[in-house]
Amino acid sequence: MLDKLDPVLLGRIQFAFTISFHIIFPSFTIGLASWLAMLEWRWLRTKDVVYAETYRMWVKIFAVTFGMGVVSGVVMSFQFGTNWSVFADKAGNVLGPLLGYEVLTAFFLEASFLGVMLFGWNRVSPVMHFASTIIVAAGTLISAFWILSANSWMQTPRGFLQGADGMLYPADWLEVIFNPSFPYRFIHMVVAAYLTAAFVVAGVGGFYLLRKRHVSHARVMLGMAMIMAVFVAPMQLLIGDAHGLNTLKHQPVKVAAMEGLWETREGAPLKLFGLPDQVGETTRHPIEIPKMSSLILTHDPNGLVRGLKEWPREERPPVAWVFWTFRFMVGIGMLMILTGIMALVLHLKKRLFDARWFQCWCMAMTPAGFIAVLAGWFVTEVGRQPYMIYGVMKTAESVSPVPGAPVAVSLGTFLLVYGCVFGAGVHYILKLIRKGPESDEEPYGSHGLRKPPVIAEWAGEEGGRHV
Amino acid sequence: MFNFENFIDLPLIWYGLIGTALLLYVLLDGFDLGVGILFPFAPSEQCRDRMMSSIAPFWDGNETWLVLSGGGLFAAFPLAYAILMPAFYIPVILMLLGLIFRGVAFEFRFKAMRSRRIWDYAFHFGSLAAAFMQGMVLGALVQGVKVDGRSFAGGVFDWVNAYSVMVGMALVFGYALLGATWLVMKTDGITQEWARRCASYVLGYIGLFLVIVSISMPMMHSHIRSLWFSMPNLYLLLPIPLCSLAFFVMIWRDLYTGREYRPFLMSLGVFFTAYLGLGISLWPWLVPFEVTFRQAAAAGPSQSLLLVGTAVLLPVVLAYTGFCYYLFRGKSSHETVY
Repeated sequence: MLDKLDPVLLGRIQFAFTISFHIIFPSFTIGLASWLAMLEWRWLRTKDVVYAETYRMWVKIFAVTFGMGVVSGVVMSFQFGTNWSVFADKAGNVLGPLLGYEVLTAFFLEASFLGVMLFGWNRVSPVMHFASTIIVAAGTLISAFWILSANSWMQTPRGFLQGADGMLYPADWLEVIFNPSFPYRFIHMVVAAYLTAAFVVAGVGGFYLLRKRHVSHARVMLGMAMIMAVFVAPMQLLIGDAHGLNTLKHQPVKVAAMEGLWETREGAPLKLFGLPDQVGETTRHPIEIPKMSSLILTHDPNGLVRGLKEWPREERPPVAWVFWTFRFMVGIGMLMILTGIMALVLHLKKRLFDARWFQCWCMAMTPAGFIAVLAGWFVTEVGRQPYMIYGVMKTAESVSPVPGAPVAVSLGTFLLVYGCVFGAGVHYILKLIRKGPESDEEPYGSHGLRKPPVIAEWAGEEGGRHV
Repeated sequence: MFNFENFIDLPLIWYGLIGTALLLYVLLDGFDLGVGILFPFAPSEQCRDRMMSSIAPFWDGNETWLVLSGGGLFAAFPLAYAILMPAFYIPVILMLLGLIFRGVAFEFRFKAMRSRRIWDYAFHFGSLAAAFMQGMVLGALVQGVKVDGRSFAGGVFDWVNAYSVMVGMALVFGYALLGATWLVMKTDGITQEWARRCASYVLGYIGLFLVIVSISMPMMHSHIRSLWFSMPNLYLLLPIPLCSLAFFVMIWRDLYTGREYRPFLMSLGVFFTAYLGLGISLWPWLVPFEVTFRQAAAAGPSQSLLLVGTAVLLPVVLAYTGFCYYLFRGKSSHETVY
């Protein structure tokens, strides 16, 4: 039975699982790091201790999340080789330097200054500490820049040549890095990360307000998060629309799958729901808005939209996955915009911080960003299939010469280990949230490291043992 | 498009750079993996808190050198990366799982109350597994890798044999020495006394393993034998084992005379000479004994692009890494965890 295991499918599941697990953490820490920098700046400016206490609570959550992001990220940097070695060999000339730059410009920066941010509270000046927070926040954005450039290149490859040996060679680095889908994907993802963090913070703020605990801190959390919901959530709709139009231009088959549209037609309707049938080449039981799809995609109610039947069967992505995950992402985006509208109305009625139903609503929305980010990545990654590098290299041709059995075992182990680690991580984060910000906390951040010894202190320490 | 291919020897420079990144990884993550290996044997809970505190600000940066080595290999020598990763599929995955457990243990341990023991063991066994698997990969690597065309052609368990197990154990003891001498430097009181005993205990084993590896490598491969024992190479290369021997003697003496910093620096020296010896033996192979670093090199423009960034950024990275070590200098204590 073991030799019947399909290494390509198993490798895909393993990559999908490990990358989905990984993306949860950066999509939170990118937003959280920037928010922490904002909090610390407010603290330095206003000297209002509420900001500092809120910072100290959230930096612990940041550390736990960041740690899980680091360890699951190290796995990713090896999986290109362990599971997709043919891809690594052929595309290494183009993608390798981008990943190399990610390590050099971002990973070291984040790792080193996170240490200062967490443990340096008593060892550096407040301004230097603030600078460390900003550096970590910048590091998360730089990291996103390079990895999204690499991913976007796999979606819309440009600036390369294919040699007679099948190898890919770079021809123009600027075209490689700033490939057509990269600016859209980068902005869309960073804004998504900001919204994800904002809704987590809002959920926790709502929880404290509901319980009437840490009220002044909770108002900072909910208030700042709602600024994001009011202004940034609608912006994301426009960015997403622009990204969709860019995809229509470069990967039209992906858009056809998102729309569940099989026949090429003018005045295509927008399918709100339906059951895509890959074999029967139709979307069953659709609920449609006439001409809406053409209007969105071509900005003309009678515009021509290409359907999936334009492409041969083996060139089409798994339609149901793309169709459904797209609806999850958009649906959650709409709920976020709705949250912003409700917050605005409540604010005008001066009830933002005491409408209990709204606090419950914010708590329910806590995981919204994560689900939307995952769904969005499923749309774009599954939508690229059957290609690894769109139009250049198929996924099935990229796989390592490793048999199915060890891949099945490693996949099972990853499922088990990640399950345990994730469970424990969530447990400790919830514990930190239950504990909340502490007002009378001792000077924080020394993390057991003594200050560099001063001569006067030595005498007292000479004979003393610490146990 | 810029390409320095015709002006400088790009593959050679990159061979040196990746070698340096890997050496820094071994030296830096070596001591914090070593602390993890020694962790459950510490005399008290407070000692363990102290041990963890002494490496908490550094481990993440140290591990980034592994990512740089892996990512750098992918970027500069994609063929070697594409052959070696499938060849060592199982040990690499096991190493990564080990690193996951020990990495999250840093964050979870200080927040746990009742379950602290679990994370103590996660930290220990994760460190142990990562070190052992790295050693096994090394042990299998020096025996050679089967290659057909541009991909790995051997079996899934080619890396398992008595020799690779031995090298795995050797690396565990080696990292334990780095960890113990690090603790001699960063702690005092009973933690330091205990670390000193650990260091002198593992030192003997490391000497033994180094001798075995040094004798077995030339015995296994005739070209390594002729490289080391022909004239005038013998005299040119003799300083490496002699330096190693001198470092050993100095560590041994320092552990008894109570020096605090030098044993750690000398342990780094032992690793450096061993690494240098291995590097010379395996020259010029990147996938022993099938693919040289020249054959595996990425295209000129790819190596050029990354070289520009590395030339600018590597000194900066080293500078702020040094700054962090300077910032958290001094002895660590068991108190106030963040």
